[in-house]
Amino acid sequence: MSITNILVAGTGGQGVMTATEILAQAAIAMGFDVKKTEVAGMAQRGGVVTSHLRFGKHVLSPVIPAGEADVLLAFEAAEALRWRHEVRPNGVILVNTLRLAPPVVSSGLFSYPDDPVAALRASGHTVFAFDAGEIARDLGEIKLINTIMLGAISDHLPFPPEELKERIVASFRERKPALADLNARAFDSGRAKARAAA
Amino acid sequence: MTAASTAPAATRLLLSGNEAIARGAWEAGVKVATSYPGTPATEILEALGTYPDLHAQFSVNEKVAMEVAIGAAMSGVRAICSMKHVGMNVAADAFMTYTLTGTKGGLVIVVADDVGLSSSQNEQDSRYWGRFGHMPILEPADSQDAYEMTKAAFEISERFLTPVILRATTRVCHVKAIAETGDRIAGAKAEFVPEPRRWVMVPGNARNRLPLMEARDEALKAFAEDTDLTVIDDGADRRVGFVTSGPVTMHLREVFPDAPILKLGFTHPLPIGRIKAFAATVGALVVAEETEPLIENELKAAGLSMRGKDLLPLFGELLPHIIAPAIRPLLGLPAPAPQAQPAKLFPRPPTLCPACPHLAVYHTLARLRKKVLVAGDIGCYTLGAGHPWGALDTCVSMGASMGVALGMDKARDEDDRDKAIVAMIGDSTFLHMGMQGLLNITYTQGNVTVLLMDNGTTGMTGGQNHPANGRDLHGNPAPRVDFAKLVTALGVAPERVHTVDPYQLPVLDRTLRREIATPGPSVIITNRPCTLIEAFERHHPYHTDDDACTGCGKCIDIGCPAISVARRETATRKNGMEVELTFAHIDPAVCTGCGMCVNVCASEAIVRDAAASAKEAPVS
Repeated sequence: MSITNILVAGTGGQGVMTATEILAQAAIAMGFDVKKTEVAGMAQRGGVVTSHLRFGKHVLSPVIPAGEADVLLAFEAAEALRWRHEVRPNGVILVNTLRLAPPVVSSGLFSYPDDPVAALRASGHTVFAFDAGEIARDLGEIKLINTIMLGAISDHLPFPPEELKERIVASFRERKPALADLNARAFDSGRAKARAAA
Repeated sequence: MTAASTAPAATRLLLSGNEAIARGAWEAGVKVATSYPGTPATEILEALGTYPDLHAQFSVNEKVAMEVAIGAAMSGVRAICSMKHVGMNVAADAFMTYTLTGTKGGLVIVVADDVGLSSSQNEQDSRYWGRFGHMPILEPADSQDAYEMTKAAFEISERFLTPVILRATTRVCHVKAIAETGDRIAGAKAEFVPEPRRWVMVPGNARNRLPLMEARDEALKAFAEDTDLTVIDDGADRRVGFVTSGPVTMHLREVFPDAPILKLGFTHPLPIGRIKAFAATVGALVVAEETEPLIENELKAAGLSMRGKDLLPLFGELLPHIIAPAIRPLLGLPAPAPQAQPAKLFPRPPTLCPACPHLAVYHTLARLRKKVLVAGDIGCYTLGAGHPWGALDTCVSMGASMGVALGMDKARDEDDRDKAIVAMIGDSTFLHMGMQGLLNITYTQGNVTVLLMDNGTTGMTGGQNHPANGRDLHGNPAPRVDFAKLVTALGVAPERVHTVDPYQLPVLDRTLRREIATPGPSVIITNRPCTLIEAFERHHPYHTDDDACTGCGKCIDIGCPAISVARRETATRKNGMEVELTFAHIDPAVCTGCGMCVNVCASEAIVRDAAASAKEAPVS
C-alpha cells in the first residue's frame, strides 16, 4: 500500500495551509483517500507553520512518519532547512529562496544561515530552488506565489500536473474569472522554473 | 468545493473533525448550539453558525454557554455545547448538577483537548469529567468517526437521559479527512414541562436523584459491553494486543499493521468484560491512551495485568515516532534506526502583527519595567512576555489577571510598595471572566491599575464577535456594551477611567504613569481595533529617511514586525564615549501606516511621501 507524503512548510500568513488544501482537493478528485493535518497553533502570528498531506488507497495516521516525507514544499529558505530531516533520503525538496528573518534575527539574538540552499543540497536530497517572488513580480502580482509553488510541486505528484493546474484555474474561473489566465501562467512558470532549478 | 452546510446526503467531503462534528449535530436535529471560542474547538460553533434551522451563539463564557444549552435541553430540544478543555473547568458548576437531574432533549458536550499544547496553558485530560460527573464519553479517531459519534451521542443522551461528552483532541479537530454526509432529522419542538422535583435541585430533590444516577451508571456499563461504537480491528500477530481510543488508533495501526487493536469508541464506562475477553486472545496487553492512565488504572483495579504508562509517556501525543521505540522491544524488534537530526536553526516564535495595538501597551510597560508588576491574561497579548518586551509576569487562566493582581497587592506590607501593580486583559477575556475580578478589586479597594485592551474582537482565536463590538455571530448588528460605563458600574471612580488611543504612545505613557502613581483602582481602555478585522484601516506605509536617522533604535524597541535593523555601527561621542547605533528599516510591504513609531522618533526620520501624507483617506 503506497502512501504519498507531502510536507508543506513556511511561516504564518504565507499560504501554507491554503496550498495544502488545494493539493488535498486535487488528490480527492483523483480518487485517493486523503488526510491533512497542521501544526499551526499560532499560525497567524508569523510563527513556523507546517502542513502534512498524506494520500493513497487508505490513509491511517494523518501525521507523516518521522523522516518519511516524499516531498518537502517550502515557502521560505530557512524553513526548508528546519524540516529537511523529515524528508526521506531519496526525497525531493522544492524551496522558494525567499529569506524571512524574524525579529530575533534582525535584532541580532540569532543569525540566519548564510546559504540554506547549499546546506539542503549537502544533505544529498534532490533540491529544486527558485525565487517564487521574482516569478510573481514578473507576472505583476505578488499574490501569485501560492499558485507558483503549486506549479513547482506538480511534477512530483503521482498524478498528471495538468490535473492540479486545471483544478486551480477552474476554481479561479468560478470565483475570480479575471485572474484565471494569470494563475495558469503562474502555474506554468513555477513548474518550468522548478524544473530548471535542479 | 461544496460547503458542508449545503451538501446533500451521501456527499463525500474533506472535513476537519470540527466541521464533521457540526455536520453530525445538524443532521441530528440540533436546535441550540453554544460555545466560547478556544483552540482547538472554535470552528465547531463557527461551522454550526452556517447551518439553517438552528440557533448558534458564542456565549460570554463556557459556563453561560453550558447553561443556555441546558435550558434548551430541559425544554426537550437537542442542544450541543462545545469548548476547549480548560472551558470545562468554567462550565463544570453547571453540568455537575445537570448530570444529576438528567436531561430531556439530547445534550452533547463537545470538549476538545489540546493534547500536545498547540495553543493552551495546560494539557488536562477531560476524560476525568466523565468519571467525576457520571457521564458517558465517546472518543472519535477521525472526521468520519466525529460525524457518526456526534449523531450517536444524541441517541445515547436521550436513551439514558444523560448529558454525553464527546471528547476530541487537536489531532481530530484540526485534521481534515473524508467524511460522508447524511440527512437532517427534524428535531423535537420545545416544550418545557414543569417537574420541580427534577428541575429544581434543592437537597431534598437532589437526594432522590442520586439512586437514579447510580442505576443509570449500571445501565451505561451494560451498554458499553454491547455498543458497536467499540470495535476490534483484528490482526494476525497476537503477541501484543492494544486497547486504545481516539487518534492513537490510527497511529498504532500505522506502526503495527498486524496487531490486534480493541478500539474503544464508547470509552466511559469501560467495557471491562469485552476488554478481559480481548486480553485473553493476545500475549501482552498494552493500553495506549492520551494522556493520563485512566483506562489503565481502571483495568488494574479490575484485576487485569498490562503494560501502559510504564512504556508510554504521560503527556503529549502518542505519535508513531513515540509509539514505535516504546513498544517494538516487546515484540523482540530492534529500536527504529535513529532519525536524522534537525538542522540547528534560529527559532521563529509567533509575533504580534504590524500595527497591533497591543504593541503600544507592551512598549510602554517595557519602559516602566522597574516600576511595575504585570499580571497578564489569556490572549494574543500573552506574547508580550517574549522578546523584545518581557512585559508580562503571570498568565494563569481566563480573567486571572484581575484576581492575581489583587492578590499581589493584598500580600504586600506597607513598606513593600515600591512597585505598582498592573493587570492587563483583552476585551473578550474581560467579558468572559474579568468583570467579576474587577468588581472584586473595587469592592476590596485594591490598588491595581487595569489595562483593558479593547481591540474589538476575540483576536487569538481568529476574530470572533463579542458583546462589546456591536456584531453577532453572523455579523449582524447587536447591542454593544460600553466598557467605560461598564467598569464605572463595577465601582471604578469615573475620573479613574480613561479611554486612550494606544497609537499615541506619549499619551498612553503619561496616563499609565499617572494612574500607577495614584492609589486606588483605575482602568485604562485602549481602543484601536485588531489589525485582522474589518474595522482596521490600512494607511500608506512609512519609510525611514536615512539621512535623518540617527541610529537611536527607539523605533525598533516597539517590536513591530515591519521595523527591522538595517545596520549597526559603533560611534564615538564628543565626550569620547563609544555608543552602539542601530539604524532602522521599515518594510513598506508590511507597514500599515499606523504611525505608532513616528511618536518615538525624535529626529523625525520616519516619514512618508508628501502625496501620501496629504491623502487622509485610508487605503483598502
